[in-house]
Amino acid sequence: MNTNGFFKRDIIIAGVGGQGIVSIASAIGYATLEAKLFFKQSEVHGMSQRGGEVQSHFRISNEPIHSDLIPMGSADLILSVEPMEALRYINYLSKDGIIISNKNPYQNIPNYPDLNKIWEAILSVPNSMIIDADEEARKLGSSKSANMILLGAAADRIGIAFSMLENAIKTLFARKGDRMVEINIAALRKGREIFLGK
Amino acid sequence: MKKLPLLGDEAIAQAAIDAGITAIYAYPGTPSTEITEYVIRSKQAKEKGIKAHWTSNEKTAVEAAIGVSYAGKRAMACMKHVGLNVAADPFMNSAITGANGGLIIVSADDPSMHSSQNEQDSRYYGKFALVPILEPHDQQEAYDMVHYGFDLSEKYGTPVLMRITTRLAHSRAGVTLMEPKPENELKLPVDLRQFVLLPSIARKRYDILLSKQEAFEQESMESGFNKLVDGIDKKLGVIVSGIAYNYIMENFQHRNFPYPLLRITQYPLPTRMVKQLVDSVDEVLVIEEGYPFIEEQLKGILGIGKPVHGRLDGTLPRKGELNPNVVGKAFGIETYHREETYDFLVNRPPQLCNGCPHIDSYEALNEALAEYTSGRVMSDIGCYTLGAYPPFNSINSCVDMGASITMAKGAADAGLVPAVSVIGDSTFMHSGITGLVDCVAYNTPITILIVDNETTAMTGGQKSMALGRLESVVLGTGVHPDHMHVIDPRRKNHEKNVEIFKKELAYQGVSVIIARRECIVALDEIRKEKQKLSKVDQ
Repeated sequence: MNTNGFFKRDIIIAGVGGQGIVSIASAIGYATLEAKLFFKQSEVHGMSQRGGEVQSHFRISNEPIHSDLIPMGSADLILSVEPMEALRYINYLSKDGIIISNKNPYQNIPNYPDLNKIWEAILSVPNSMIIDADEEARKLGSSKSANMILLGAAADRIGIAFSMLENAIKTLFARKGDRMVEINIAALRKGREIFLGK
Repeated sequence: MKKLPLLGDEAIAQAAIDAGITAIYAYPGTPSTEITEYVIRSKQAKEKGIKAHWTSNEKTAVEAAIGVSYAGKRAMACMKHVGLNVAADPFMNSAITGANGGLIIVSADDPSMHSSQNEQDSRYYGKFALVPILEPHDQQEAYDMVHYGFDLSEKYGTPVLMRITTRLAHSRAGVTLMEPKPENELKLPVDLRQFVLLPSIARKRYDILLSKQEAFEQESMESGFNKLVDGIDKKLGVIVSGIAYNYIMENFQHRNFPYPLLRITQYPLPTRMVKQLVDSVDEVLVIEEGYPFIEEQLKGILGIGKPVHGRLDGTLPRKGELNPNVVGKAFGIETYHREETYDFLVNRPPQLCNGCPHIDSYEALNEALAEYTSGRVMSDIGCYTLGAYPPFNSINSCVDMGASITMAKGAADAGLVPAVSVIGDSTFMHSGITGLVDCVAYNTPITILIVDNETTAMTGGQKSMALGRLESVVLGTGVHPDHMHVIDPRRKNHEKNVEIFKKELAYQGVSVIIARRECIVALDEIRKEKQKLSKVDQ
């Protein structure tokens, strides 16, 4: 969506409370600031953070943004840390929107549905992708960087310069030391490689 | 000027710091918690010596803020909407005393009840108390309005209510800051009996409050926050308040809005602006987040002789949070609908964390209660309310802060013996103590389980007033020491704990069992508070 110089990206970040979707949102936030774009980011606080369904609406534009909530039918991307949670917000996805989701379920409920049906549903949305982010993160030496694998995979869709996302990670993980910064940047790059099919 | 990415809550906090507050008081409650949390963590606030205190409850928060105002300085008290019920007494009466230093009460409403027991609309409280209400539509306006609100409060000697809703509280956007101001000098009221609400004085103060109403409305007209914008299509006029404005503009992005529009962010309602709009159009549409507050006032009982659309006639849903889609629909704008539906999706309700001490408490309580008929456990507000869900199915009530003890007392008085109360440590300090005093006064046969995780966990681990003093408070109310137990809720202590529960359930008097183990997600916060406590002791 880039007509007459108008740029906007609406992103739903989904997952389960405690899975750390806030770190994904924060990274995009820092990158947006560096890109000098307008943004609004709506978060979930409170009761749902205790293992319930959570989502963040992240809106980016080169013009002032009105609504804090993404209108249904207009999200460019659902970025989900958990496969079933990706589908919960399908009504928000635009006609050309895509899903990028982690492969592995977070099974804290007794009636979790058939996983194959979930994967099939995600992949039936054109250009969508399922990534085993946990496995990829383990290969890099830190299972906690799965979120950054997913962010990397979404980078091109988000539409902010990749270097700005890298800088965002430097800012975000600076407190945790150089090694964490390196691992998470490696995760970001790996995610992008996977998305581009390398 | 400096621009920061801030949540709506944080914009209010930063504005309070910059507007020169001396103190901020609050009891944590979603979606208001992050206001006070931000001030507590702010380096700038620390350097300015601002007192940022969690309080026992919302009532004590507002009272302390009134005290700061009495001393001529600026104060803010923050709470979630239902917290204003707790603070209603000082809030209502602060309208009568009036303010000396600037006084803002922030109430954060939670339409759609994301984390609440109801979706009450705080604007009714503002109108009830006859004080100005500010309802910012975005993060920047929230910041600006705090500055204006303190000036307004001091100009007219009145408390000001700021009302926000969940979506603004928890959404982040860029906010441009103003030059920070220093705090006020200590300056007592000119009339030292202004705050003495003896009937003879209260009657005079009430006259003064009533006489200010016209000026409050004039402010609503002239402050510049309420805006009347003309439109070319006079078939419809729109009155919109607070954040709902954003949802209209979202639907008309890159198009001119065709209808005359009155944007309300300050109350009392500016009558002349409303009349000007209504006179110029055939029909009126009112869009507001929360209850149909403006809509009802506009329609009155007999109507205005023109159709008024909104939440009351089904143009918008009668309840729940607004969004761009339902607002678009009110203008006949349809949105793109995807074809997919997934009937296999299931809900994922929140639940107690793995390793949570409440799990062990409920398992022990359930086993001890197995020999009795079910339906005996009154509970309260906190993470442990999740004990209502499977696999625990442990509790039978959650009404308001502290109600577990008093409801269990009433149930016991009605013949439900044993009756049990489950309450958290922070909730007990908030509103449980007085109920316990009632039980002791009548030796009610009741077993009270205080699940003490040493923090206010549900809202993210804020200081619990019970830390380091819970036993002495319980004993201080007159509970017999033989019937107060402190247990360690762990798997390995299960049998022992069940026995203690069984013994106290059989006792025909007041028992208090404190199940103490730290919240596993707030360990860092708890450790910090404990360190502060040990420093005080030395």
